[in-house]
Amino acid sequence: MNVIANKWIGQRTIRPDGADKVTGRACYAADNTMPGMIWGKVLRSPHAHALIRSIDTSKAEKLPGVKAVVTAKDLVEFPVDKPVPLGIQDMRWMSRNIMAREKALFHGHPIAAVAAINEEVAAEACKLIEVDYEVLPHAIEIEDAIKPHAPILHDFVRFEGKPSNIAGTMVNKVGDVEAGFAEADIVIERTFTTRPVHQGYIEPQACTVSCTADGKVTIWSSSQGQFMVRAMTSFLTGITQSNIRAIPAEIGGGFGAKTIIYLEPLATVLAKKSGRPVKMVMTREEVMRATGPTSGSRSTVKIGAKKDGTLVAAQGTFYLQAGALPGSPLRGPVGCSFSPYYIPNILSTGYDVVSNRSKVAAYRAPGAPLGAFAAECVIDEICEKLGLDPLEFRLKNSSKEGQKAVYGATFGKITFEETVEAALKHPHYKAPLDKNPRPGVKRGRGVASGFWFNAGGESSAQVNITEDGNVAVTTGHPDVGGSRASIANVTAELLGIDHSRISVLIGDTASIGFSNLTGGSRVTFASAIVVTQSTEKVIGQLKERAARIWKIDPDAVTWENGEARPAGPNAGKFPPLSLEDLAAKANEMGGPIGAGTQLNTTGADPGFATHIVDVEVDVDLAIVRVLRYSAVQDVGRALHPSYVEGQIQGGVVQGIGWALSEEYLFDKQGKLENAGFLDYRMPVCSDVPMIEPVMLEIPNPKHPQGVRGVGEAPIVPVLAAITNAVHDALGKRFCDLPLSPPRVSAALDAAAE
Amino acid sequence: MTETRYLAAQTLDEAIGAYAAAAGAARILAGGTDLLVQMRSGVLRPGLIIDVKKIEEMTAIVPKADGGYWVGAAVSGAVLAEHKGFAATWPGVLEATNLIGSKQVQGRASIGGNLCNASPAADSVPALVAAGAVASIQGPHGRRELAVEHLPAGPGRTHLKPGEVLVGFTFPAHPKGSGDAYLRMIPRTEMDIAVVGLGVNLTLAGGKVTAARVGLGAVAPTVLLVEDAAKALIGSSLDERALDAAAAACRAACKPINDKRGTIEYRTKVAGVLLKRTALIAAERAGRK
Ligand SMILES: Cc1cc2nc3c(=O)[nH]c(=O)nc-3n(C[C@H](O)[C@H](O)[C@H](O)COP(=O)(O)OP(=O)(O)OC[C@H]3O[C@@H](n4cnc5c(N)ncnc54)[C@H](O)[C@@H]3O)c2cc1C
Repeated sequence: MNVIANKWIGQRTIRPDGADKVTGRACYAADNTMPGMIWGKVLRSPHAHALIRSIDTSKAEKLPGVKAVVTAKDLVEFPVDKPVPLGIQDMRWMSRNIMAREKALFHGHPIAAVAAINEEVAAEACKLIEVDYEVLPHAIEIEDAIKPHAPILHDFVRFEGKPSNIAGTMVNKVGDVEAGFAEADIVIERTFTTRPVHQGYIEPQACTVSCTADGKVTIWSSSQGQFMVRAMTSFLTGITQSNIRAIPAEIGGGFGAKTIIYLEPLATVLAKKSGRPVKMVMTREEVMRATGPTSGSRSTVKIGAKKDGTLVAAQGTFYLQAGALPGSPLRGPVGCSFSPYYIPNILSTGYDVVSNRSKVAAYRAPGAPLGAFAAECVIDEICEKLGLDPLEFRLKNSSKEGQKAVYGATFGKITFEETVEAALKHPHYKAPLDKNPRPGVKRGRGVASGFWFNAGGESSAQVNITEDGNVAVTTGHPDVGGSRASIANVTAELLGIDHSRISVLIGDTASIGFSNLTGGSRVTFASAIVVTQSTEKVIGQLKERAARIWKIDPDAVTWENGEARPAGPNAGKFPPLSLEDLAAKANEMGGPIGAGTQLNTTGADPGFATHIVDVEVDVDLAIVRVLRYSAVQDVGRALHPSYVEGQIQGGVVQGIGWALSEEYLFDKQGKLENAGFLDYRMPVCSDVPMIEPVMLEIPNPKHPQGVRGVGEAPIVPVLAAITNAVHDALGKRFCDLPLSPPRVSAALDAAAE
Repeated sequence: MTETRYLAAQTLDEAIGAYAAAAGAARILAGGTDLLVQMRSGVLRPGLIIDVKKIEEMTAIVPKADGGYWVGAAVSGAVLAEHKGFAATWPGVLEATNLIGSKQVQGRASIGGNLCNASPAADSVPALVAAGAVASIQGPHGRRELAVEHLPAGPGRTHLKPGEVLVGFTFPAHPKGSGDAYLRMIPRTEMDIAVVGLGVNLTLAGGKVTAARVGLGAVAPTVLLVEDAAKALIGSSLDERALDAAAAACRAACKPINDKRGTIEYRTKVAGVLLKRTALIAAERAGRK
């Protein structure tokens, strides 16, 4: 069903969580307090790589005010030879990530945790824990981790039969690339690097955990999935899921990173040992040292085309940093880099490289931006060499319905071409650009496209009619980007009542059915499906009640504008019954009105984005600034346009930071030097122009409202679009990000010599 | 876990008395935008904090009969910006001061704190050096004056003696035909620390530079007065050759480090670029056509 009469869908309604957030009332993870609560703190490794010979906690335990101390031996140990999957995570690695076992694997790796009457005592106790380390040589960058005789992080990791830091590979393949390249008139091959970048959420990880005498655990924390919090805590502590209740707090950003946890299992064992509720809050420094980021990468991409611009072969080899434990998002670059295009021969290979830095976490379209960076820069160069317009080139080579993607799926009706056509027609693409506006200043324009899988998956919703005839909707997804507002619009539309009569809440793990993570651009897509089905069930119940009151057949009742009405003159003549009327009579007519739906949703077709950007370079200072940015994307149906635009703008800004300024800097001992927002340079507001989201609304036929996931695709093209624009401005191709002033300056000076 | 005491001194004597008595365990608090950050991050844990914002002399801005100015060490950036006379006379010092942090930080941050915190990248300091500002210092043994460029001793260290407080700054009279300016290079547009900061103060007569001072920050352990750059400018009409020579002098003065904020090569190059840009702005303010 496609909703056509749209009174609420597509409206910029006031978000249900808005007033609380702007007035400081919203309760984030760190805002929770409990009677008798104590504070937990983590002792972290001061070495990038070291054997832990012994840990002596006795002095810390004796410090007055200390209530509990835990180390890895208080958590479940998983043997390394057998995978323990939970979603895309492996609990073998998660358990070693939240607490070091035999080895400290990065500077900042948790070694022990303490709970004490206040933060100061807890910090003091951490200092009293004696750890006997044997410091080992470390490797941080990919080159250092994969070279011969590199320090090996894990004895159990083998590659081609030998100890290695390559912990995994992934290969996607179609056709025969060698034969493809043989047919090509032009072949370009380049190697690119990107740096790991942090998700940069404003809210540091935090939780409060209570463990009662009868073994019931309650967790208050912010995450991208309370069910993930429950399951992962259960795995890592050995407490059954039925004894754990995870209550989601408001979340101050996650961008993928809060699809895993760090503190909850530690706070749980501390609470269990001490018998007191335990609160833990990371500092920004801890967030930077020990959570996230996404992978840094080293990619070699080779693409072949005919003179007329027909793509014939592509090969991509992607090395991704996993951090200290296996599990980088290989699927991103391997599956996405070439997927906008029909290319008959593709070989795409990914390598998962472990090194002595914090374990990576998901970040917006995990891995896809770094792959697209490589592929879309090579395509730009091919267009330049062949003298073809880069957007026309994309149209000519676009993937189409019925073609098989390199990652295995066969495309349905996809809408890449539509994004390129819209970009071609957009005034931005046609606007003249003065490439030399002032002495010492150059300007350039670049384009790039991007692909993201999108996802469906498990979601649950309950829609209840209150006794006074209003509506309470409960879903199981933390709202990171405005999903409550979208769900309110959908429910108001379907029920035909005023938006303000609907309240949308996020249930905890005990009050709503299982719902998978808020991630993969899935929440609005999936929760709109389960909310629609629940609401339709409720409308069915309302019609039945009216039929019973009127003593006519339920089929003879329609639901219109928030009222039950006889379907036509034959049904009889009755005054309409409103939601309030029916709610008032609910109990005598069969009981409370409400319905739930729990589904594994499908039909989330992929997302495509095409971006145009103008940059300006201060040549002497080598500063690149973004002047104008237009981001075209097929969003299916924008249930709430403001939050769709917000997703697009946010994705682009994060991409700008990745392209121009963000990077991790380590000292010689492997300690992060810029563990804070001052020197980890995310863009500030004045660094970016107003980003123009160009939303195409081509309804997804597999979704009741036509929704398509929108959160991730907009970060995918940005790195390449900006780098291509810088090439247009300076005539130089950059392959290494970020395009920070010292790096651009050095390249310009080298070219001048 | 030591307690921290707080004293809001009403007079300079009270502040100095308490400061000297605490023998190293005390810290002066002006705006606190460095001090409190350092305390929260665990770098510092003073036993006594002496707030100097209630001391009149330290929060006053006083025009002098000769055209010069007295500016108290604890005057905040926001208050300085509201003083029309100072803003008209020393636009370069003011723009450097107002670059510190954000609106919120401006309500607190002082130039005295900026100087005494002794960061080589402190924004107001190159402009103060270029202006020829003189620091008034008072301690248990009396008052002394010191040119601003001689106050920092190295990153985080000053030449203030135990018990000495920086009371304020004397700005010389600014002759007709003078102008000053400050530029810094930061990778972002705001909320960043200078990779290089450069202040120029010059006087023009008949299209020729008759006096010049150049202050250069973030390229050495302390902010530098670059006398060779000033020499290259004096006597010139700020032609390309003079600017090139002054830029070369700035590059030669650099003794930077490679760090998270910039490379040696980049910092050195930028020092030259900023000299040219800043000198032209100062000249324009001095009335150059
Ligand atoms: C968010 C943020 C952004 C910032 N951005 C910038 C920036 O862009 N550029 C920049 O240069 N700085 C920046 N800073 C640093 C800081 O704001 C400045 O150095 C500011 O000028 C310090 O002044 P204050 O009055 O707050 O000093 P305080 O913190 O009060 O004092 C600084 C130090 O000087 C000592 N001190 C202060 N006054 C005296 C005195 N009269 N006599 C003796 N000792 C004294 C104190 O004991 C302390 O050690 C930033 C800080 C923050 C928090």
